[in-house]
Amino acid sequence: MAIRRGRGVAAINYPTGMNLGGDPTQALVHSTPTGNFMVTLSSVDLGQGMKQIMAQICAETIGVPTDRVVVDTADTDTGPHCMGTFASRGTHRAGNAVIQAAREARQVMLEVAAEELEVNASDLDTDGQGNILVKGAPQRSISIFDVALSAHFKRGRSISGRGMFLIPRSYPDKETGAMKPSTCYAHACTVAEVEVDDETGEVTVLTVKNVFEIGRALNPKMVEQQLVGGSWMGISHALYETTEPYYPDRDHGGTDFNQYLMPGPGDLAQTEIIVLERPSADGPFGAKGPGEMCANPQIPAVANAVFDAVGVRIDTLPITPERILRALKAQASN
Amino acid sequence: MELRKSYFADQRKDDLHEIGQPRPRSDSPGHVTGKTAYFADRNLPGMLHLKMVRSPHHHARIRSIDTSEAQVHPGVVKILTAKDVPHNVYTILILIQIGPEDETVLADGKVRWKGEAVVAVLAETERAAQEAAAKVKIDYEVLPAVFDMEEALKPGAPVVNEYHGRNYYLYDSGECRKVRFGDVEAGFAGADHVLEQTYQSSPIEHAPTETTGCIVAPEGNDRFTCYTNTQAMFFTLDNASIILQMPGNRLHFVGGTVGGGFGGKVDVIVEPIAILGAKLTGRPVSFIYSREEEMQISSPRAAEKVVIKDGVMKDGRIVARKVTGYTDAGAYSRHSPYGAQKGAGHYPGPYTIPNVWIDTYCVYTNRTPSSAMRGFGVTIGDFALEVQMDKLARLIGMDPLEFRFINAYRDGDMKAHRQPTEGAALIECMQEASRAANWPVAEKFMAMSSHAKGA
Repeated sequence: MAIRRGRGVAAINYPTGMNLGGDPTQALVHSTPTGNFMVTLSSVDLGQGMKQIMAQICAETIGVPTDRVVVDTADTDTGPHCMGTFASRGTHRAGNAVIQAAREARQVMLEVAAEELEVNASDLDTDGQGNILVKGAPQRSISIFDVALSAHFKRGRSISGRGMFLIPRSYPDKETGAMKPSTCYAHACTVAEVEVDDETGEVTVLTVKNVFEIGRALNPKMVEQQLVGGSWMGISHALYETTEPYYPDRDHGGTDFNQYLMPGPGDLAQTEIIVLERPSADGPFGAKGPGEMCANPQIPAVANAVFDAVGVRIDTLPITPERILRALKAQASN
Repeated sequence: MELRKSYFADQRKDDLHEIGQPRPRSDSPGHVTGKTAYFADRNLPGMLHLKMVRSPHHHARIRSIDTSEAQVHPGVVKILTAKDVPHNVYTILILIQIGPEDETVLADGKVRWKGEAVVAVLAETERAAQEAAAKVKIDYEVLPAVFDMEEALKPGAPVVNEYHGRNYYLYDSGECRKVRFGDVEAGFAGADHVLEQTYQSSPIEHAPTETTGCIVAPEGNDRFTCYTNTQAMFFTLDNASIILQMPGNRLHFVGGTVGGGFGGKVDVIVEPIAILGAKLTGRPVSFIYSREEEMQISSPRAAEKVVIKDGVMKDGRIVARKVTGYTDAGAYSRHSPYGAQKGAGHYPGPYTIPNVWIDTYCVYTNRTPSSAMRGFGVTIGDFALEVQMDKLARLIGMDPLEFRFINAYRDGDMKAHRQPTEGAALIECMQEASRAANWPVAEKFMAMSSHAKGA
């Protein structure tokens, strides 16, 4: 009886969106009288930080600092339609809609600034700090604060924009299955290292090294929170979680966190995250959807590592000590 | 976390001000100091609490329901049964024309899974609602149930859901969603080795910090405001409008701050019945799942069975892959027909294989309906595919990582569902993993790229 060590690898890709149902999201953007910007959506922030990322996308597009943007979302009386937050679609779909709306608002903003500065709007640019400058002559400038005041009280303009992003529905061909199930794909490769106690069947995940390619990391800190959390969830899925431990038998289902097992802080592996960025052709600033796929590659990587350690295949999730011990017993008797 | 900027550097411009910046989240201070308001942080005057009477049987006919004792329990205001729900038989994907309507809001004549909602009790307090629910007497005739997908698909198995009339979802392509690419049998015939393996998962729970729920307030203008933690505002509003036969302009949904979803809050379960309760009592209604309901009543991730048969050459090329996937939908469709067909579009994984055959089935059994979860239609498939890849590599005596490089898709490669590969980066992820994990592979693999062959 011994502690045995093994490692396993897995590589995956992951689709963004739900094209097989049609995939629309809309956004509205408008300025307040003093040059702050409101983004209005009906998309849902599940805790992943959608409001923050939409603010950054709007700010980048209009050319103002992010703290000048407020996101008002998920009120069906005010927010235009969004299909919902799922299928790794939030950043990609809503982000594209926000860009379109913000571009339209930016154009009006530049037109008003052009009237104030008596130049062509095409000769203007933003400095990202809250000012609009004449290209090549940055001493001629006007603050966005003053532009918004002018639009509201003098010029009678609405600095606003509408955005819509729709992936039309793809209908799979009945015979061949030809279809366009999603837009861009994110990628990952994970190497997991485990120790398996061949007396108790217990698995300890020592290290997980994840490489994720996610298009563009729009906010690297938020990407990190998502990818680290996903990696832990993958380990949990591989080794612990089930609402029906003896599926398809319906008995023994957990009803609280004492019975429904998940790893505690002491069970978490040393986790390494490396991010590559290959911008997608159709995502906002090249983003893809990393939200779901980051919890996938750890599951087969851990399963393969368990085999590498003790030489038995557990092809049924979760990979519990009971299943490992039964497999070891069967292996010994063969 | 490290950003490895050396990969694909020529495809990015790093001239942005706000994007790419690690700005602190504006909602974080509220989350970590407990100041963020969630839907349940409301205690409206006169608010009632809704509790469900649930089926103790996996499959049974309802002979009778007697609510007389519950009705007079102190604090009880209203009791709802199937006849109170205007459009009681529904399915959420009907909004995108994926029918038939196959699920009851409150069971009508039959229950098809243990835990199914039969009677809704509205009372002044949670405790009164719970106590009264225990006093509802339901006479059941227990019917044979089927739990195993293979058993369910056999002729003569008990029919789980009469609205389908068979224990699988009928696609326009027949009993399963199909993908056909090349000639898979010719591929197997020419392969050096053929390996067929079966993979199985069980349902898992989303385990959000905040359980599913909503609070509904009747407004003075004959509208209803529904404070909810749904993941999809209009999807839920439009389905509620159908179920209640109430114009959508009388419904106002407010949400958007959710304590974790993971796909568990895309079903439309709590809102319609709570709105109905508010309408019939004229009082605000709170319907919030307990942790037990969240774990055993709320949809889990579907159990899946995946059978993969591969033909592989000694030099490492996979020449044929046949996948048969089974998704255990439980008793009702919810999003499962979509998930199963999403799987069909995902196989054979990020590899270029000339001959592919895929069948994915959505199967009905007498268990808690499953639905969407993070990685819907893909996660279990990836588990099966990537364990299979490990087995194939060992079968032909090849390093598992090198084996993946040989088969990895690249830009321009045609996928089985007939979309050309774009924006591939699997090879680069594996190259970086090789370095990070000190798992060396041959130099020719480290020199590969995802760009089109010959480009």
